[in-house]
Amino acid sequence: MNMLSVRVWRGGGAADRGFVAYDVPRQPAQTVLDVVTHIQRCIDPTLAYRFACRVGMCGSCAMTVNGRARWTCRTHVEAVAGDGRLEIAPLANLPVIRDLVTDMREFFDKWARAKGQFVPTATRKDEFATVLPAAKERLAVDAAIECIGCGVCYASCDVVGWNRDYLGPAALNRAWTLVNDVRDGANAERLAAVAGDAGCHACHTHQSCTDRCPKGLAPTASIAGLKRKTALAALTGAIP
Amino acid sequence: MSARRTQSLLWLAQRTSAGVLALCVVVHLVTMIIAVRGGLTAAEILGRTRGSFAWAAFYSVFVLAVAIHAPIGVRAIVAETRGAHGRGIDAAMLAFAVLLLALGLRAVAAVTMGPAS
Repeated sequence: MNMLSVRVWRGGGAADRGFVAYDVPRQPAQTVLDVVTHIQRCIDPTLAYRFACRVGMCGSCAMTVNGRARWTCRTHVEAVAGDGRLEIAPLANLPVIRDLVTDMREFFDKWARAKGQFVPTATRKDEFATVLPAAKERLAVDAAIECIGCGVCYASCDVVGWNRDYLGPAALNRAWTLVNDVRDGANAERLAAVAGDAGCHACHTHQSCTDRCPKGLAPTASIAGLKRKTALAALTGAIP
Repeated sequence: MSARRTQSLLWLAQRTSAGVLALCVVVHLVTMIIAVRGGLTAAEILGRTRGSFAWAAFYSVFVLAVAIHAPIGVRAIVAETRGAHGRGIDAAMLAFAVLLLALGLRAVAAVTMGPAS
């Protein structure tokens, strides 16, 4: 039988961490998630990993596959392991809980720090806001809104790797969608929250996030937009 | 002024100075190539630059843009690689900016002021 040579990261924050080798039968149209699932169900049931939808909607199965952060459910083995070898590790830049499972708390805490919550200016008694589909702000939101919070951009970002305070591409991308939401009422606080050495100004425009985003979004463009908006806010005194 | 506002304004200053530098560097390089390929001597070049308000203004703007642009970039590099933040690094970068400005304007004065030969 045609077999895959798979190395999987095992262990948590303690000792005896490292890659463990497994041989997995190769199947037609096999995804990397299928490989991980085969190992857990047929070889070692103690393997910890995370997934939910299996169809690229939930964003929970992202891992480092052959050195690159990817959704494992949407990555076919034949696309990344032409030589029959796979190396599967947890996402980079996040603490490992165990095996392939990372602790996503700091990732989502940074969304909160970037004021990633919508703050309405109207009440339920008001009329619906009118937002024209072709409006400039609406188009900017459209370009960035489809993020599902998988963490691939965060794991791929060099700046996150060397600056642990950096909010990261996903949180800043989220902030950018709200900055362009004409119904939102917290933009002064949001722009102040995303400015500075831990915010949009730390971005080096390497564009790894944009290159790796499975949704084809461009967080780099969102961050560039935040740089322009924060500069304007600083000039007008909106950022004290 | 908060650190966040400072950072936002520094980004604007660096971006604006980068735009000026892009133009200045092109003009400077084209001028150098024309001067060298045209076989101009140092004396002939000084003959054209000395007493020229246009060259003095151009290179003064060039020097000013460098003095703004470079320290902001160095500040970011030092902050990221050495973890240095706060007033100390800001003061050091301000001193660096003044040094660049002084050295640059001295050079501008040397080629645009004084006798032509």
